[in-house]
Order: sequence, then C-alpha cells, then structure tokens
Amino acid sequence: MTIAPPKQGEFYQRDRRWHPPAFHQNYKTSVARSPKLSMISLENTVSEITGPRFGHSDLAPGDNDLLTNYAQPEQSPIGERIIVHGRVLDENARPVPNTLVEIWQANASGRYRHKKDAYLGAIDPNFGGCGRTMTDENGYYYFRTVKPGAYPWRNWVNDWRPAHIHVSVFGTGFAQRLITQLYFEGDPLIKTCPSWRRSRIPTPSSS
Amino acid sequence: MPQQLEYLKETPSQTAGPYMHIGLAPGAAGFEIYDPAALGQDITGPNAAGERIRIEGLVTDGTGSPVKDVLLEAWQANAAGIYAHPEHPGEVEAGFRGWGRVITDFDSGEWGFETVKPGAVMGRNGQMMAPHINLWIVARGINVGLNTRLYFEDEAEANAADPVINVIEWEKRRKTLIAKRSERDGQVVYRFDIHLQGDDETVFFDI
Repeated sequence: MTIAPPKQGEFYQRDRRWHPPAFHQNYKTSVARSPKLSMISLENTVSEITGPRFGHSDLAPGDNDLLTNYAQPEQSPIGERIIVHGRVLDENARPVPNTLVEIWQANASGRYRHKKDAYLGAIDPNFGGCGRTMTDENGYYYFRTVKPGAYPWRNWVNDWRPAHIHVSVFGTGFAQRLITQLYFEGDPLIKTCPSWRRSRIPTPSSS
Repeated sequence: MPQQLEYLKETPSQTAGPYMHIGLAPGAAGFEIYDPAALGQDITGPNAAGERIRIEGLVTDGTGSPVKDVLLEAWQANAAGIYAHPEHPGEVEAGFRGWGRVITDFDSGEWGFETVKPGAVMGRNGQMMAPHINLWIVARGINVGLNTRLYFEDEAEANAADPVINVIEWEKRRKTLIAKRSERDGQVVYRFDIHLQGDDETVFFDI
C-alpha cells in the first residue's frame, strides 16, 4: 500500500522514533542536555518548508578537497587517501540538487584541529579537516580526504569513537536540517560505540 | 491498522559533537581555511529594510549551567515577512539570505547576532503568524538538533493570535518563546535564553 505524497512543499514528519533518543544513559553528556518534556508537534508552515539557499559563489571549487585545501604547497596530509561520495535524496528518492554539504573530521591519528582538542594524537600541519560542496543536479556530491583515525573519549572506561566523519546537510527547507556521522564498513569499534548503539541504525551485524 | 509508510527513511541524526566548529565555523576552532569565508556570518546583507536589532542569550542545561559549546542557526523572513526562498512568493532585498550561524563564547556561553526584525508571515489556513525567528540548536550531548522559535515581547497582540504559540496547550510554557526587549547604547537588544531542561524548559518543536 502506498500513501499520497505530501502537498507540494511540505515534508513528511521527521520520525523521532527512528532517530536516536535525546536522553541516553550511556552518553553522559546527553543526560543534562536532553529536553524532558515532549516536543510540540507542528504542521509545516512556510517557516519550515523554506530554508537557506546557497550558490557556487558562496564557496571555492577546491573546498571539497581536504587533501589540498589546507596543505602547504607540494605537501599532503598523512593517511589513507579516500573519496567520500554519495547522493542527497529526499524521502521519495528524488535527488536534492544544489544543496550544501559540509564535513569535518579528525586527521589520520584521531586528532582534531580544534583548540579544545587535547588528545595526544599529532596535529597534521597539512590537514585542516573540513570541506564543503554543493550537490549537482543529480544530488551527487564528493570529497577527497584521508581516512580519520579512531580516538578515545571521556565517557565510560575505554570508550573509543570509531573512525567517523561528521556530515551536515541542508535539504530544501529548514525542517530538513540534519547533522549526522558516517562510519566505515567493517570497523570493529562500531558495535562497541554508545554513539552508534543509541542511533538504532539497523545493520546485518548489529547486536 | 496503521498503513505501512513506503518511503526512504531519513538518515539518522548523530550528535554534532564538541568540534563542529571545524566544519561550520573554523575560525572558532582556531584556524582560517575558507575563502569565501565561513557561511552564515551576515544574515541580512547591506540593503535590508527594517529595524536593526541584536539577539542574544544563553543556553542552559538541566543544572542551570551555561552550555558553552553550542551552535545555533537562525532562519527568518525579512521585515516584510518574506523568506528568501522560491517556495515563498515575493522579493527580498539584494543580499538578504535570512540565515545565520552563531556560536557561543567558550568561556561564558553567551551568544548573539545582529539582524533585522522580521515581519509577520502568513501561516496555514490563512492565519497570520507573529514575527518570529526559527532557531536550530546543536551541541555535544544533543543527538538530534532542536527546533524552536523566538517571538518578540513587543508583539503581544500578534503573539496572542499566533497559531503556533496557541498550539502549546500549557500557557505557562509559552513565555519560553518570548524574547525580552531592551535598549543598550542606543541599540535594540532582545534577550532569549534557552533552557534545555528544568522548570522553564524551552518549548521545542517536532517539525
């Protein structure tokens, strides 16, 4: 059985039972930062179905190449070179063209170029760790980068974040605003990570 | 029996983590990388009509303490109540995007941005919505970005008729969406503190 698509411009309601819950005992920081009262369900108005638009003049062509966008001339970041690519699709599998995709990540040693990160992994002088791009007419995007390293974080004992890249997506309306993280197939740290477990992402190997 | 919903599931949200500045506001992470510069610094552009205002506030957690690593995004109409988006008929001033990104001060947690006061916007079913700014809040410990709305204290009549405020059945909670107006050094300042938890938990919307 199929359902009628929403009226032009409106979005399907975000399925909050599919997304990770706000409160999760195994993610310590969420305990005091998670709202306790129910969110108010709101039907889309023009305030939700519209959202910021970006153009190619907002960014530079090389912004999606993390191998070069911070490297010194003739230099290159350390690590396994990878291409991260994909498509931004709406819930009816239609491509979302001309939408902004931004990423950020640790370098190959698991260290972020951030003044608040004090992890002992080394800063890579040739790696900034961020990129941005617009999807093309088919919703397609790509980045060149290095595979980030895993790192321990202060949560429960010996909690490690599996290698991951943070991804920020806009879509066509402010209601679609999303930040997520991408992980790497086969990473043995994934199934031990509370961040992953709380996300309820079904995978063949999930436990 | 509920219908099966046959559409693509949204990619699950994941926390923005503590280092989202790298990707979304690299200057705050401690380095410069992008040219054109990081997006979202200028909400209105130089030509926007309307009252110039400053919005500022603090995000507090369930213990009442400031959350010092928040990123907020603002989405608003111009002074005539028009969003810079093709789904919304009408024109905005050249350079007006209506979207901004703001981060908290790492030491105090205070945040603030300059903009113009938006106009009233037509809502669903021909009901006018009071002037408001849509806010989206992400941080470490927040698994899915939080949506709320900022309304203006000096729009009491429009607020009382606002169809979204009136969806909130607990009248005592409606005040969590009202920014308080004052003047400082000749500038109009609206104060909007956001409480993630606690007795005055801000109303968040499921949109």
